[in-house]
Amino acid sequence: MTDKPLVTRGFRGRLRDTDPARLPPGQYVTSDFPVLSAGPTPTSPLARWDFSVYDDDTLLTRWTWAEFLTLPAEDVTTDIHCVTHWSKYDTRWRGVRLDTLFDLAGRRAPFVLATCDGGYTTNLTLEDVLGAKAWVVYQYDGHPIEPEHGGPARLLVPHLYFWKSAKWVRALKLIQQDHPGFWEQRGYHNHADPWKEERYWED
Amino acid sequence: MGGLTWRVARVLDTHQENASARSLHLHVPGWPGHRPGQHVDVRLTDERGDQAARSYSIASTPQGEHLTLTVVRVQDGEVSPYLVDDARPGDQFEVLGPIGGYFVWDAPGNAPLLLVAGGSGLVPLMCMLRARFTRPHGVPAALLYSLRAPDDTLFAHELDDYARRDASFVLTRTYTRTAPPGWTGLTGRVGATTLATVTTRPAGTPEPTAFVCGPTGFVERVARTLVELGFTPDHVRTERFGPTGRTA
Repeated sequence: MTDKPLVTRGFRGRLRDTDPARLPPGQYVTSDFPVLSAGPTPTSPLARWDFSVYDDDTLLTRWTWAEFLTLPAEDVTTDIHCVTHWSKYDTRWRGVRLDTLFDLAGRRAPFVLATCDGGYTTNLTLEDVLGAKAWVVYQYDGHPIEPEHGGPARLLVPHLYFWKSAKWVRALKLIQQDHPGFWEQRGYHNHADPWKEERYWED
Repeated sequence: MGGLTWRVARVLDTHQENASARSLHLHVPGWPGHRPGQHVDVRLTDERGDQAARSYSIASTPQGEHLTLTVVRVQDGEVSPYLVDDARPGDQFEVLGPIGGYFVWDAPGNAPLLLVAGGSGLVPLMCMLRARFTRPHGVPAALLYSLRAPDDTLFAHELDDYARRDASFVLTRTYTRTAPPGWTGLTGRVGATTLATVTTRPAGTPEPTAFVCGPTGFVERVARTLVELGFTPDHVRTERFGPTGRTA
């Protein structure tokens, strides 16, 4: 445990010309778009792709790919922050607000579990996804999202570390009790606010 | 994984692995131990208070409060040039860890181990191999190591020594740009043909657990091919580094 930062002899950092109000602590800005996934990239043909909202285990609504594209969508330009310390500014996405999806499903619950092709899950509070804070996106930079970046559709929750923006998302499950997701069960923080550096499990 | 806290790491000694990679042997008081495949965050602070943090794989098997990181210099990097070129015995910096609960191998059961490394992606896999060789009767293991050129090689003597000593460990290298003089082994990128030779197994033997680590394009290709060769996706664990271009 260190009380104050330890100065490392011989290290000279690059003085940040970044705005501390824009770059969360412990992050650096990259122009690349690194890829991080736990396993092989799943392939989901669009003809078989659909998107569902569940109330616990009860299906509320389900859209095919063609139907999903007709839902009210918007363009979102946002900074994203990965727990592995990179941040990327001004990423451009297009997709559907979770507010819209839950309005159409006609239901709310305190917690949301996102489930994905490949078995990945992540958990969120309803508070963290309503109010134009989360989207299911299907375009990046004006193009379909590439599979390794989560295409055909991924979650976008940019105010939390990016593992919460689950790739290959296929369903949102409204649940009454919080349920830790894949990384949240494996040492990563349950909430993941980059401004509080909620990276890993704490004491 | 218990609570994580920044701890002070002191450099005990360093070992140059090749022109762009160096291993740093660290003493970290209070280090809680780790599982093969896990990584640490390293945080450097300069005298102005400017900080930079990056993640690095642990190369050494758990040995009390001692820890070895093998770091490859990233062109125009901020942290790796210090670790590869400047750090010397007695220097101190901070580490947070161990991190990662999925790309780990420590309760092997009977499943053989298939390791596929691209470049410096070998480091976390080396930790698994070293752990495997601490057991008298390790499970069968295979390493397919793809590297650009002989100058990039890591842990050459140790790997060759493992291969000589233990017939249940199969070491395969492939050179994608320049092979050593007189090389009669594989060249070129890892594809279905190469993977098929290292994944062939007698009927009735358990499906291996595959760990794939390297640049994004490499990992995408290898993981996809393993699934095409019949691996179940949750037997293929991946760790990726480096950028991916839109055209890559």
